Amino acid sequence: MDMISSLFRRPAAASVISLIGVLFFYVIFGGVDLDKLSGAASWVNYAARIGIVALPVALLMISGEIDISIGAMIPAGAMTTAIVAGHYELPMIVAIIAALAVGVLVGLFNGLLATRTSVPTLIITLGTLVGMQGIVLAGSKLLTGAASVPLTSPAWAKTVFGDFLFGGSHQVVIIWWIILTAVFWFFAHQSKYGNWIFAIGGDKVSAKNAGIPVDKITILLFIGTATSASFVGMCHAILFNSAQVSGGMNDIFNIIVSVVVGGVLLTGGFGSILGVFVGTITFAIVIKGIDFTAIDRNWANLIIGVMLLIAVGMNETFRKKALTAVTKKKKG
Amino acid sequence: MSANTPVIELRNVDKSFGPIDVLHEISLKVRAGEVLCLLGDNGAGKSTLIKTLAGVHAPTRGEILVDGKPTTFDGPRDAQDRGIATVHQFGGTYPLMSIGRNFFLGMEPTKGFGPFKVFDRKKANQIAVEEVQKMGITRITDGDRLVGGLSGGERQSLAIARAVYFGARVLILDEPTAALGVKQAAHVLRIVNEAKKRGLAVIFITHQVMHAMTVGDHFAVLIRGAIAADFRKGEKTREEITDLMAGGETMADLEASIEGYMETHEGHPPKVATAD
Repeated sequence: MDMISSLFRRPAAASVISLIGVLFFYVIFGGVDLDKLSGAASWVNYAARIGIVALPVALLMISGEIDISIGAMIPAGAMTTAIVAGHYELPMIVAIIAALAVGVLVGLFNGLLATRTSVPTLIITLGTLVGMQGIVLAGSKLLTGAASVPLTSPAWAKTVFGDFLFGGSHQVVIIWWIILTAVFWFFAHQSKYGNWIFAIGGDKVSAKNAGIPVDKITILLFIGTATSASFVGMCHAILFNSAQVSGGMNDIFNIIVSVVVGGVLLTGGFGSILGVFVGTITFAIVIKGIDFTAIDRNWANLIIGVMLLIAVGMNETFRKKALTAVTKKKKG
Repeated sequence: MSANTPVIELRNVDKSFGPIDVLHEISLKVRAGEVLCLLGDNGAGKSTLIKTLAGVHAPTRGEILVDGKPTTFDGPRDAQDRGIATVHQFGGTYPLMSIGRNFFLGMEPTKGFGPFKVFDRKKANQIAVEEVQKMGITRITDGDRLVGGLSGGERQSLAIARAVYFGARVLILDEPTAALGVKQAAHVLRIVNEAKKRGLAVIFITHQVMHAMTVGDHFAVLIRGAIAADFRKGEKTREEITDLMAGGETMADLEASIEGYMETHEGHPPKVATAD
């Protein structure tokens, strides 16, 4: 009983329950064959795509900020790769560096604005979101005359960033996702820097007084979100041998929903990487797993909405539990 | 340096923001193992004085002496490095972080090497719990507990224990008992005493005279940015101090006039004056 109650106090609790709930729902009402679902690639590929961005977004949200410009950065990374390697036929390595550099620059821009002004980061990154959409579309038309650019990738780039594993249909980004999850977990929960990020989200002024370089960390976190989004776009361009200009609006909300279902507190200071990992899987199973059910796939969004509300409600409850918990009341 | 040199001393410190003078000729000193109580009503300039002591504001005129040497602080970090720790009303703690992580924030103990330095949770929790217990808060036994689950007094105590552990020599406590109940306030006062016993110089800011009288050795009353009275323990009664803080209109006068009214009006208290 003690173990169970201490599990409930962990930030990941609600995401695990959501996952189990969704699976139950799909099995009972959708007649899903779990064997088939767990062997399917569609939802894992999708989870990896949003999961790689969800990790840095989770850290940023734990620090009390938000970045919605990620929506524009996924197509921006893809287009940069395609334009440099496809249209200008420069070596792939140049294209990769260019795509990541675009991410670093936009992240730096967001971070500097966030730390130098008192404008809420939702508004700042809304500005960069729309601005980058304009730059990507107009820039692509200006440089290539089209909104869709083909490219061919060398074998090594395919293997590392955009291939299918073992000739099947699982994409190689899944490996990246799992490695990055381990790296982010270590960073957030084991290193002292993670401690600082939680403190910034808890109380920025006190964190500054305790000698934590708040501005520097905030800027780095923004660079992390923008660069990882641009990385995902780059992997896609290499995988599909082409890139299109797209809004990427759906990605923003999908990623933020995954993070919130994963137990990260919207106002900062609380959350866990494990929770976000499970939250991402849950989200991907709802969206892609519905194809394996007898349920009409148009209901997927309703399920997401309901799941989000339930998960947030559970998060609230569990957080209160964590706060009031007196662990060792045993005498003697 | 003799044992009698004040750890921190202000000499004729003025502070103005543009044309507005907030502090006038403030002179005060605190020695090691002494509690100076700064009393004042809201708006008397207490928080400006704290910020000046903590290195947030530089004095417009006058000087700050640390260990008898004139000093200027480059900012709050500089003041902290010289052993001046400020604990604010809510303790500067992070409710959703554990006790151990709160205690060592910014000074995390690590183990391992290179990029794999790991936050040493066990050590952090153990030291944090030990230090808080040494301060007399025996209810805290688990360093993994979230700080948000502690009472206000316990959070204050944690912040004070942290300052003491990291080598504070001057402890500035900004209204530590203001938001607390009677029992919790007693907790914090006990810890103030403990810090004093350990040889810290404590500056205790409050407007609760009773709390000040319990722990203070030395008192200064601040009115409109100037020190209106400066006296030692036992030199004034509680009523006298309250009167001073109220700024001249003495409580006793007020009470007497109400009593006088009640005597002549068959025990009714005075009606609130209404405009004719």
